[in-house]
Amino acid sequence: MAECKLHAIAHARAGDKGDRLNISLIAYAPELFPVLREQVGEKELAVLFAHRHPTSITRYVLPKLYALNFVLDGVLDGGVTQALNLDSHGKTLSYRLLGLRVDVPDALLKFAKPR
Amino acid sequence: MVGRMLVGSGAGFSGDRLDAPGAVVRELRSSGERSAIIFETLGERTLALAQLRRRVDPAVGYEPKLEPLLRSILPDCLDGSITIVGNFGAANPPAATELIARLVRQISRYARIATVTGDDMLGPAGLEILRACCDELPNEKLLVSANVYLGAAPIVEALGQGAQIVVTGRVADPSLTLAPLIHAFGWQEDDWQRLGRGTMAGHLLECGAQVSGGYYADPGFKDVPALEDIGYPIARIDADGSFAVGKAAGGGLVDRRTVTEQLLYEVHDPAAYLTPDVTADISNASVSELGNDWVRVDGVTGHARPERLKVTVCYDGGWLAEGEISYFGPNAPARARLAAEIVRKRSPRGLRIRCDVIGVLSVLADDAGESWELLNGIADSEAEDVRLRVAFAGAEKEQVERGLAEVEALYCTGPAGGGGVRLALRPRIAAMSCYVPRNSVRPQVHLRETGDG
Repeated sequence: MAECKLHAIAHARAGDKGDRLNISLIAYAPELFPVLREQVGEKELAVLFAHRHPTSITRYVLPKLYALNFVLDGVLDGGVTQALNLDSHGKTLSYRLLGLRVDVPDALLKFAKPR
Repeated sequence: MVGRMLVGSGAGFSGDRLDAPGAVVRELRSSGERSAIIFETLGERTLALAQLRRRVDPAVGYEPKLEPLLRSILPDCLDGSITIVGNFGAANPPAATELIARLVRQISRYARIATVTGDDMLGPAGLEILRACCDELPNEKLLVSANVYLGAAPIVEALGQGAQIVVTGRVADPSLTLAPLIHAFGWQEDDWQRLGRGTMAGHLLECGAQVSGGYYADPGFKDVPALEDIGYPIARIDADGSFAVGKAAGGGLVDRRTVTEQLLYEVHDPAAYLTPDVTADISNASVSELGNDWVRVDGVTGHARPERLKVTVCYDGGWLAEGEISYFGPNAPARARLAAEIVRKRSPRGLRIRCDVIGVLSVLADDAGESWELLNGIADSEAEDVRLRVAFAGAEKEQVERGLAEVEALYCTGPAGGGGVRLALRPRIAAMSCYVPRNSVRPQVHLRETGDG
């Protein structure tokens, strides 16, 4: 087992609608998807984004896409038309998620990036 | 009956690359297949900004770059029977149609151009509907724009009348793609499965290069060839709605990863992606690579469309100001934070203020700034090249300007070694959404012929 950042095994994209942010998290290889499903849940997101005070966090599982989709409400300070953040869309926050540390079984390390 | 159709993307937002549509049109024309090209240039606030321009000059208010976007592709589209559909009409579709008609005459062609209206809810009838449906509708004097998201239906009607170019204002982004598919394949308006598939093909196209390698690269992890010359996406759709996505010649790439990122972009519940046309469902979708930058998407379906339509209401949001100053060398972050404290203490009460230290922590924190404390370690930075940014928001311009003046005053009164002050002030547009009954909305289609027949 090796500890590494999600960034090594998955990629992500953030999108916004109003005060709601969604972040997709996609395994680089199908073999890595169980690591995401087992170790990246609503609880982990709640810790990562605690400082944004989400009113709710929902995880959707898309096994055929080897992906998870997280929806976080109330984290954008009112969204693009209200927030004072330089990044009022929250576009950069996908990489907040990719900084999360997870445990990857040795047998799967061959799928990790960079290679 | 048509068996297959290609739809290409010419633009994914207002401000997109102007030379992108050329390669897409060349690919569509050389394919010999039935084809359309779509232009999505209308972000949430773009329409409100267009409405403000129209107030100043009633002849404008459409996409400002419409002429350079269309000029070079118009001959190929008209000669090659490539349908053009765009929401580049923004706040003034009739004026955009006028401009396109002029371009058509300039190249000595003939064209049937349709204008779709009825999305603008700021007239007396529209306002009455809004007042009945929107609990928190701002004072009417503050309203800048209110536009309902139309679906594919009026575009299909326009195409049925023989339109080669369709100009719209606010239309749901995927409807731009779905409409030419409904027209070509004769899909029924309650054929939810096909409508769901066509909608997701449109969803993949609506942000332009975001599915063909744009907004994706991460060097060493996700490498993309020739980002400076990305080929924009093209979808190949069959009569049963099944589809694949590829791209025009040039750089970029289309693979399982780019398509999956864009499939989930701005999606909440994957089983219920709502548009005026259908509730699309990608919960069972899968993606497979066909090679040569083509990717097939399977398993998309759909359910009954929502009964209410979304309206985006934009209104006067007061003023936003931003002031910045740089600090360099030993103890730079501490000096920047001291400067921030000075500005906070001296700024007028009632302003919303946010301080960031660019180079240490700038986009992660929330507006309240609590995260400075929560994110220990990041805040104790040893960065030596940082920039304080202070953002102010308030209803009164004068008050916001007073806050901004406090940033400038840091030159002589702030911590040691501050330099490079920049100040910016601009009016702000706020937005809210509400929902109105479908049957209260009445889109109109107006067809005009222009040029040499």
